[in-house]
Amino acid sequence: MSETCDGAALAPPLLDYTLRLADTALILGHRLSEWIGHAPVLEEEMALGNIALDLIGEARALYSYAGAVEGKGRDEDALAYRRDAGGFRNLLLVEQPNGDFAATIVRQFLFSAFAQPFWRRLAASRDATLAAIAAKSEKEAAYHLRHAGEWLIRLGDGTEESHRRAQAALDELWPYTGELFERDAVEDPLIAAGIAVDPETLRAEWQRTVSAVLAEATLEAPERVWMQSGGRSGRHSEHLGHLLATMQFLQRTYPGATW
Amino acid sequence: MTAAGLRERALEAAAHVFDPEIPVLTIGDLGVLRDVRVVGDTVEIDITPTYSGCPAMRVIELDLDTALRAAGIDKFRISTVLSPAWTTDWLSPEGRRKLATFGIAPPAGQASRRGLFTSDSVRCPRCGSAETERLAEFGSTACKALYRCRSCAEPFDYFKCH
Repeated sequence: MSETCDGAALAPPLLDYTLRLADTALILGHRLSEWIGHAPVLEEEMALGNIALDLIGEARALYSYAGAVEGKGRDEDALAYRRDAGGFRNLLLVEQPNGDFAATIVRQFLFSAFAQPFWRRLAASRDATLAAIAAKSEKEAAYHLRHAGEWLIRLGDGTEESHRRAQAALDELWPYTGELFERDAVEDPLIAAGIAVDPETLRAEWQRTVSAVLAEATLEAPERVWMQSGGRSGRHSEHLGHLLATMQFLQRTYPGATW
Repeated sequence: MTAAGLRERALEAAAHVFDPEIPVLTIGDLGVLRDVRVVGDTVEIDITPTYSGCPAMRVIELDLDTALRAAGIDKFRISTVLSPAWTTDWLSPEGRRKLATFGIAPPAGQASRRGLFTSDSVRCPRCGSAETERLAEFGSTACKALYRCRSCAEPFDYFKCH
């Protein structure tokens, strides 16, 4: 555990917090990797693969840290491959299926518009390890946001068909954006200690980015929507179990297998 | 051997490890090699990834391991450090020159936080023309983008400013 976070009382919330970040990065990375072999053009295949690689790299660093904070000998593989759906703490947004290309891009855009300012703030965390991971991740998130933003404008302000699909994806995924800004008893002591980011401080910037891009894309955010919740506490949509069945297959079938 | 001599030998061995994906650059040119220390009788080496998911890191570790043993050093520890975060500003002038000769445009300017839709102005590494366009933000590796020169019509890799 990092020297700047010495309070034993903070270890349990720090573990939960780190797992939430790690799980979110891993699940979104895995979702994007599902496009490999199916992307609309070769350049996009490489882009989605590259973004997936960044996210899985971020997840690996976060899992290694979570394992160290927990102190029970679990490594990144144990945390990624040997926990069940109820143990995962990722945002519901990132476990939603890829759908069509518009759905993948909308999901990436809504997430990245949050992730970039989030990592920027976390880079100032008093926890040295989280700060180091965040400083790297922020630079990567900038590319992810630009890529998804450019595509969203092309799709929304493109053909009638691409506009219809982009708007449908936005309507479908918008209810999962409320969870980005949730704060609970896990974060409270960590925010007080200068370790975690208060998500409310990111809302204005997220809204500015989203509004600007949606306006250029001629898309409209739905209003007065019931926001979904639960991923961060382990209550997931049915999609996560199916994803894990694929992602964890090898380690479940041949526990401890290595290359 | 003295600690200084041991460090010198380790440094010499590490300096000859090449990036597996850009084989004209050493890990020293790239700024991936962060530190070489001697603690007691053990050589400690810090390396840092370019991007979080860079798959070359494991190969670099293995190549470092091989290079150190070949130099007769068998007490060493290789650690991956994340902070400070790697930046293209650490590319050596020699590294930039080698990239261009290899046909990869070196990073244009200094790394900085960028606006949402800004893009770098990149010169063609073949003909030197500034009339280039970005084909894809994400190229054959995490650190590169794909460009095309409008003057000589050749596509080329660009080592992204990061």
